[in-house]
Amino acid sequence: MSDFVMPSLGADMESAKVTEWLVKPGSVVKKGDVIAVVETHKGAIEVEIFKAGVISEICVKEGEVAPVGAVLARLTAAGEMSPRLEQPPAPAAAVPTAPVARPPEPKPAVPSPPAAVARPTAPPWEATAAEAGPGKRSKVTPAARRRAAERGVDPSTLAGTGIDGSVTLADVEAAPPTLVAAPAAVGTGTEPRKPRLGFDPTEMRKAIASAMSRSKREIPHYYLATTVDLGRSLAWLAQFNETRTPGERLLPAVLLLRAAALALREVPQLNGFWVEGAFRPGEGIHVGWAISLRGEGLIAPAIHDADQKTLPALMIALRDLVGRARSGGLRSSELTDPTVTVTSLGERGADSVIGVIYPPQVAIIGFGRIGDRPWVVDGRVEKRPLVSVSLAADHRASDGHVGGLLLSAIDRLLQEPDKL
Amino acid sequence: MSDKPHLDRDHALHLFRQMLRIRRFEAKCVELYQAQKIRGFLHLYDGEEAVAVGIMQMLEPRDAVVATYRDHGQAIARGVGMGPIMAEMFGKRQGTCRGRGGSMHIFDRATRFYGGNAIVGGGLPVAIGIAMADKELRPGAVTACFFGEGAAGEGAFHESMNLAELWRLPVLFVCENNLYAMGMPLEDAEAETDIYRKAKVYRMPGEMVDGMNPITVEAAARRAVDSIRAGNGPYFLECRTYRFRAHSMFDAQLYRTKEEVELWKQRDPLARAEAWLRENHMVSDEEMQRVAAEVDAEVEAAVAFAEAGTLEPVEELERFTLMDEVPQ
Amino acid sequence: MSAPRSNETKPVRMTYREACRQAIREALASDPRTFVMGEDVGLYGGCYAVTKGLLEEFGPNRIRDTPLSENAFVGAGIGAAIAGLRPIVEIMTCNFSLLALDQILNNAATIPHMSGGQFAVPLVFRMATGAGRQLAAQHSHSLEGWYAHIPGIKVLVPGTIEDARYMLKAALADPNPVLIFEHIVLYNAEGDLDPSVTDVDIRAAKIRRPGRDVSLLTYGNSLPKAIAAAETLSVEGIEAEVIDLRVLRPLDNATIFESIARTRRCVIVDEGWRSGSISAEIAARLADEAFFDLDAPIRRICSREVPIPYAGHMEEAALPQTAAIIETVRGLVRPR
Repeated sequence: MSDFVMPSLGADMESAKVTEWLVKPGSVVKKGDVIAVVETHKGAIEVEIFKAGVISEICVKEGEVAPVGAVLARLTAAGEMSPRLEQPPAPAAAVPTAPVARPPEPKPAVPSPPAAVARPTAPPWEATAAEAGPGKRSKVTPAARRRAAERGVDPSTLAGTGIDGSVTLADVEAAPPTLVAAPAAVGTGTEPRKPRLGFDPTEMRKAIASAMSRSKREIPHYYLATTVDLGRSLAWLAQFNETRTPGERLLPAVLLLRAAALALREVPQLNGFWVEGAFRPGEGIHVGWAISLRGEGLIAPAIHDADQKTLPALMIALRDLVGRARSGGLRSSELTDPTVTVTSLGERGADSVIGVIYPPQVAIIGFGRIGDRPWVVDGRVEKRPLVSVSLAADHRASDGHVGGLLLSAIDRLLQEPDKL
Repeated sequence: MSDKPHLDRDHALHLFRQMLRIRRFEAKCVELYQAQKIRGFLHLYDGEEAVAVGIMQMLEPRDAVVATYRDHGQAIARGVGMGPIMAEMFGKRQGTCRGRGGSMHIFDRATRFYGGNAIVGGGLPVAIGIAMADKELRPGAVTACFFGEGAAGEGAFHESMNLAELWRLPVLFVCENNLYAMGMPLEDAEAETDIYRKAKVYRMPGEMVDGMNPITVEAAARRAVDSIRAGNGPYFLECRTYRFRAHSMFDAQLYRTKEEVELWKQRDPLARAEAWLRENHMVSDEEMQRVAAEVDAEVEAAVAFAEAGTLEPVEELERFTLMDEVPQ
Repeated sequence: MSAPRSNETKPVRMTYREACRQAIREALASDPRTFVMGEDVGLYGGCYAVTKGLLEEFGPNRIRDTPLSENAFVGAGIGAAIAGLRPIVEIMTCNFSLLALDQILNNAATIPHMSGGQFAVPLVFRMATGAGRQLAAQHSHSLEGWYAHIPGIKVLVPGTIEDARYMLKAALADPNPVLIFEHIVLYNAEGDLDPSVTDVDIRAAKIRRPGRDVSLLTYGNSLPKAIAAAETLSVEGIEAEVIDLRVLRPLDNATIFESIARTRRCVIVDEGWRSGSISAEIAARLADEAFFDLDAPIRRICSREVPIPYAGHMEEAALPQTAAIIETVRGLVRPR
């Protein structure tokens, strides 16, 4: 048994109406016989059969339309025919059996357009135009734009001397150099004419909104928390600070930072990025330290290689960073490099904090307010300085077990402060 | 065919076999087209076999052929392998043109087969140039240039007639007059329907030939080629013929009647050749069956060759757009 | 044969026309497969007198007059090339080449690829192009940019005496169909040939005048106009770099991009019509691949979009002129 299907008579033929059957069940046919007439958009065409045998069934009635590839009739093959010549054409075997069946996917002569049309994301320049807002966009030549980015100059603040008042390369090069907060982190540049002004709160709000919305939209967070007894750490700290000048003294936050950095060395699965559907480990442990900008926003610049810095070095780095963050003097690498974020509420704020991951990072470690609370030590309730340590982590990159390892490590490290 | 008493059995059988090779090849093409193995435009030579087969009898390896887009028959008769032709239609790398040409553009350097040309009339000027080069480089060589009667409507036809005769070039013009230019009937297209007369106004010798009979075509080709090789310049043969199938695969043939097709089929060159062979007891039934079986095996082998072929890597897409050297 | 020998040191002064003629003479003398074919190339001596005297020197078989049958003799050139000769086909003007466009596009440019590399079409089409002699629309158009659209051919535009003299040799050595567009106004131009040069390439654009402030990209008869403009601008302290494109297909991106990376401004001068022109193609490539090097919009000076008219004042107004180049560059380099 084999099928006689609606033939494809041209690339532009999709279906045809069977207008006449020249055979009926029981008819003996041989190769090359015209067995039906079909009506196409080019007119009536006689169709041949390429096998010999007996028609066993007519599947499409006269007057019915059938797509290319649909079974029109069934044929019982004649036994005496040479089997070599009787190989059915390959596509026939794959054709469905319903009388007016869905045809096999026609192969388009040209690649189908949808692939080209469906662009999931807008090209980057559109976003740029939209961000600038209507009427706000200044004319900056492509060369000037690139140089401005390299030098950290906001070209929109410059007076253009080019065509139609456009800002040219020369204009950018004549502008005073600026220390820049990288737009990548906060979505804004600085005011080059007043270099140390800081961030534009409105723009920063927008940037935070965008990053945090994306985080909550895309990242499946999981959360763990534990309480750590800081008694030993704070005792060691008091002893250390006793002999130091005020400028050399350490804050408790540095111990927390150091412990977090060393713990991340043990649990590298939480130090890095989720990019293109996979975890990419960070190259170095660059802790983004969350700094509140006097109620006008938040920024988390990097302390590079935090696990390799001594406590005094970390203290210096932290002071420097906070100072520059609040005065607008951050380096772009500090804003683009963090591999993880640590937020510490210090002496103010709430007992605990559970953070929102800054994409594409995969973890944020939160330290709540350090405070004296009852704690069971050796079977007795004691007053101890406690801190709540939390972890919010990206479930795509790690599981709770890994997160637990990190919190345990932080706890263990803080119990041996002299080794920090 | 009694007008050719000197025809011997072997040659008659050879002509029959050549025509059968084309007929069976084309039948397989229809099947494979409908099975979507072959795509694009497909123009079949059924009914016109006697023209190509008759002409090619007189050509030697040094001669050149310029063909039309209905070129399978011309290529097969010239000696281009069925396998590479079929593979070309399958779009395979092992095709004559590595899948770049398809059915309408069979080229073959080994047999000096300068292509199926799909611009009607466009091959004639090229044939002029080949003949110019041959006159210098290959004295005695003939260029056989095939075209349909539709080409007579093109300026290139007339310009080429003039140049060929003006410069006494060794070109054999072969007009395959199958009476329809696609769907345009000859009498609706040409004020002078005898195409060979158009050559005559350019002072070129020309004649009308029964294109449904390979013997008469061969005999005319002999007269023409002898004249050309003798240095008398070009020659024009108008072969009256008929295509049994539609112009191309997707053609409802609204422009001609079934009765007309049936009438011409009674002059089927294969049927006539077979009848003549049998009547003259030149071949046995067994022999005819053996020929058919051998031809079928050749066609099947060509299909197998094409199936087994590989696709040209897409990285090679731009290759040969500009050539690095002139192939020798 | 009168190719300068390299031990000669004195520059040889000649016209563009004479340079074209010497190129053809050298080709005919050095390769027996070469012949010239075209309308009035023999007895008449060539519509623009380029082939004058060659019939007497080489005979009617090598300098072959054709009837007015562009379609047939262009196709014949293609056939002859495929079958082993090296034709130089002269088409009187590029306007007439349209009668043979089928052969150039559907055969010359196509057969090598369509035949899977079995056949090359090694021949040269020479044709006159351009306006400036009040020959009116049907003899004055610039179609070289149009031909540059076609894959499978090379398009050369000699803008100097040296290129007129030596491009043909390189074109005949190339295995592909090469179209050479000779500008009718340049035929009378005179210049010095450096006798130490005996070959030019047909790949690269050339910097004809270096400069730092703007790149003028041009070819053909607009080249002398661009150089004149650059000289004037130089007095004002604007240094324009003038690049002779020479080869419109394949375009030499590297030389163009390298220049723009230095000057960061670009003016394209093209005698073709502006829409869909070679200047449009270059502008698109710069926008694609040199975008961040640009410090100003790309400007184009092209022919006005009219059939080139007969009357002198209208013809002049229709074509790119030196004054327009100067004005455009000033506006770009010193906008205020």
